[in-house]
Amino acid sequence: MAQLSLRNVAKSFGTVNIIKDLNLEIADRELCVFVGPSGCGKSTLLRMIAGLEEITSGDLMIDGERVNDVPPDVRGLAMVFQSYALYPHMTVRDNMAFALRLAGVSRQERYARIDKVADLLQLRPYLDRRPKALSGGQRQRVAIGRAIVREPKVFLFDEPLSNLDAALRVQTRIELARLHERLNATMIYVTHDQVEAMTLADKIVVLRDGHIEQVGSPLELYHHPCNRFVAGFIGSPKMNFCSVKVKAPSSSGVSIDLPGGASMVAPVAATRLKEGEPLILGVRPEHMKVIGPAGDGPITFSGEVMVVERLGGQTFLYVQATPEDLFIIAVDGDSLVKVHDRVALGFAPKECHLFDHGGTALEQLARHPLAA
Amino acid sequence: MAKIRGKSSTIWRGGVGWTSALVMFFPIFWMLLASFKTEIDAVTTPPLLFFTPTFENFAAVNQRADYFAYAWNSLAESLGATLLGLAIAVPAAYAAAFFPTKRTKDLLLWMLSTKMLPAVGVLVPMYLLFRDTGLLDTRTGLIIVFTLSNLPIVVWMLYSFFKEVPYEILEAGRMDGARAGAQIRLLLIPLTLPGIASTALLSVILCWNEAFWSLNLTAAKAGPLTAFIASFSSPEGLFWAKLSAASTLAIAPILVFGWLTQRQLVRGLTFGAVK
Repeated sequence: MAQLSLRNVAKSFGTVNIIKDLNLEIADRELCVFVGPSGCGKSTLLRMIAGLEEITSGDLMIDGERVNDVPPDVRGLAMVFQSYALYPHMTVRDNMAFALRLAGVSRQERYARIDKVADLLQLRPYLDRRPKALSGGQRQRVAIGRAIVREPKVFLFDEPLSNLDAALRVQTRIELARLHERLNATMIYVTHDQVEAMTLADKIVVLRDGHIEQVGSPLELYHHPCNRFVAGFIGSPKMNFCSVKVKAPSSSGVSIDLPGGASMVAPVAATRLKEGEPLILGVRPEHMKVIGPAGDGPITFSGEVMVVERLGGQTFLYVQATPEDLFIIAVDGDSLVKVHDRVALGFAPKECHLFDHGGTALEQLARHPLAA
Repeated sequence: MAKIRGKSSTIWRGGVGWTSALVMFFPIFWMLLASFKTEIDAVTTPPLLFFTPTFENFAAVNQRADYFAYAWNSLAESLGATLLGLAIAVPAAYAAAFFPTKRTKDLLLWMLSTKMLPAVGVLVPMYLLFRDTGLLDTRTGLIIVFTLSNLPIVVWMLYSFFKEVPYEILEAGRMDGARAGAQIRLLLIPLTLPGIASTALLSVILCWNEAFWSLNLTAAKAGPLTAFIASFSSPEGLFWAKLSAASTLAIAPILVFGWLTQRQLVRGLTFGAVK
């Protein structure tokens, strides 16, 4: 039960501004993910919420109460650290009991609560072990258990999966999603991994250089990125970009000239555009199709395949679509395309994104049904 | 080829090690030997390696001065100064290691730089201070001096041990409700106990062997064993055998102590070198 809001929050170290005038609302029981490139301030923001970093200006409210000057433990938050930060000299049970012990909870209740959480996380057999005697995944579960035992208002996760190997990461990700459902708690989760962000989040906050680029549901960000940065950041592999020119704006979209000589009509709000204005076109790799060398449809680009990456179920083609732009195309794993083949590429106009020279997205005329 | 070189370098290194160890040990060995000689045997040239041992020096030494009173002073002053030093240095090193400011490094260097000043440089003001505050020839006075003179080293050692503790562990403690005191008591001290122990050992040894302030600021009442040795050196000429006996008695406890704790000590003395 907790609702969090940040109002004009800023953080600076000396003259360096890490977080700049940031506003954000996180609803009760929401799983909110902060995502962004390294150095964007996402961890600092989490630590400010936790109370580990001072807030230079602005207000942090939890359940309508200003908590800027409240010490971390009194804020009712629990944090799971990237390095787990377990107490190496204590057993798993004592690790989980530490906060309760400091809070003066009786031994009997402490143990009862720990047993309950240990069952939830399958930690029973390890309660008397030291962290040193546990595997990475088990340590991770202890760190999460230590947070759950406190029954906090908000859970904070600072890149909790980045120290796990790939297989365990996927498994723990699923466990976390189930845990969120079961605990019904507000969670804030920091990651640089956009797959984690997409799969776990109710709401994603994309940060860059200390300010919010966009806030929205995962599919909203995927289908309607508000600028070129978000478009490039969300989605894997990255969205392809190339420069295009406005041919004729109209109320049903804008007709544009593509580098290869073809043209197309993109269904975006185009009323303010002028003829000849330069724009950036963005198309996701999974939305581009190879339409055969002969061309059985509207060819929009053609080019030479420079690299072929076969992942088994999927194949990525790197195609020199224009002299400057190497496009990534996601095709079927059974595709017969080879290196140095010439291919023609096509995409549906509704799948394309257009950005003005400042990088701001032109609004699409139709919203995607899953991102309404 | 590599194997041959490896072997000869082992022998070479072993030789250097043994030679330097023997050179360092020889004076102690000679002192020990002399303490069991008669005064005449002790000064004979060429020096005697074989002689009839006697305990008369130890008896004489104990008759002239109360060994146990001095030993008790040494013990009380070394332990007192070490405990007081740790009580001050632990919070100081905690602050320096985990909450550094722009000036923290300078401050630490300044603390260390006080050790570069020859102690005799402040003898007169110290003496006057001690005289006026009635601390001359008191255990309290010597504990204060020992504490202050070892504090830079103690802080530095603890600082380097504390630096090895990941800050996130203390932050996790903060999130769990541990304020500074609880962090130090429940997390930092248990985690760095080996380091704190070797720091304490070194401090005890430095205090035990300290002579300059002991000789200048104490007399019979609060004098530690270094003063005990000194009392056998000057006034009526040198009595080698008695001086050796007094020295042997003075260093015996700390030698045994050092022997028993050498593993901890080595770790402490090479601090920072091995991470």
